[in-house]
Amino acid sequence: MRAAVIQFGGSNCDRDVVHVIEEVCGADADLIWYKDGLTRSYDAIILPGGFSYGDYLRAGAIAARTPIMADIIRAAEKGCLVLGICNGAQIAAESGLIPGVFTINAYPKFLCRPAYLRVENTTSPFTRLYSEGEVVRFPIAHKEGRYIIPEEELGRLEREKRIAFRFCDEAGNVTRSTNPNGATGNITGVLSERENVLVMMPHPERAAEEILGSADGKKIFDSMIAYVEES
Amino acid sequence: MKCDVIITITLKEGMLNPEAEAIQRAIAHLGYTTDRLATADQFRFTLDAEDKKQAEEIARSICERLLANPVIHTYTIEVI
Repeated sequence: MRAAVIQFGGSNCDRDVVHVIEEVCGADADLIWYKDGLTRSYDAIILPGGFSYGDYLRAGAIAARTPIMADIIRAAEKGCLVLGICNGAQIAAESGLIPGVFTINAYPKFLCRPAYLRVENTTSPFTRLYSEGEVVRFPIAHKEGRYIIPEEELGRLEREKRIAFRFCDEAGNVTRSTNPNGATGNITGVLSERENVLVMMPHPERAAEEILGSADGKKIFDSMIAYVEES
Repeated sequence: MKCDVIITITLKEGMLNPEAEAIQRAIAHLGYTTDRLATADQFRFTLDAEDKKQAEEIARSICERLLANPVIHTYTIEVI
């Protein structure tokens, strides 16, 4: 798998993602400055976390309107894998790659701590190595991570099994008290219609090695690599 | 002609506004009681247009494509 990791001004998880793809998972990754555009085709494109454009206007809103995002949307339409993490998820939602929006947390403070997630989808290119209902632990680090989606579109997401992760407790219970940011239905990972785009607020790249306290996130990258190698 | 435009973006009715709630609590700490506190973002700019109607159309396009997110926002446009 060759992945492009897009750097916007204010991205700060870009090198972590490259480290995980190359050093931990043994695949290839190119860091791409957003103004340089995509000059070749990639198997996967990662929109990393950070604070692009200082979160001006709304988190991700300005990066979503940069020319490279038009290239990324076209690549996604052709089936390229696109993974948006944290600020990358906000950018992807703002650009229309998935429905809904990530907005200010219900209790409006920056949350930086580990969170338990229940895996809800195990068919996508990103989640195929997990088992359904598996509980994983990833760090979260955001102030604008509350996922909002209109009721009718939520029903469609649920019917189409496009919810990848929900916040839960250690035993996998999804309740109001296990919802750190007030997201609709505890949702914190959403897939596109064709399942080739995943956006998520938690950081799998910060949970890809045991030395960091959890290696649960490595399976996302390994899933992507396995999918690309098979196809 | 030069047209001055004022765009005001607000959250849709019923949307949770944690920022407004925090501000309302701060006002309460000052000893005042408030009800229905709302916040809004306002953008003012000047643009070239043939007439006010065209200026409003351009402003609407700017709202739809950037300034507002239709999932959570509504907006008003005033052309002066």
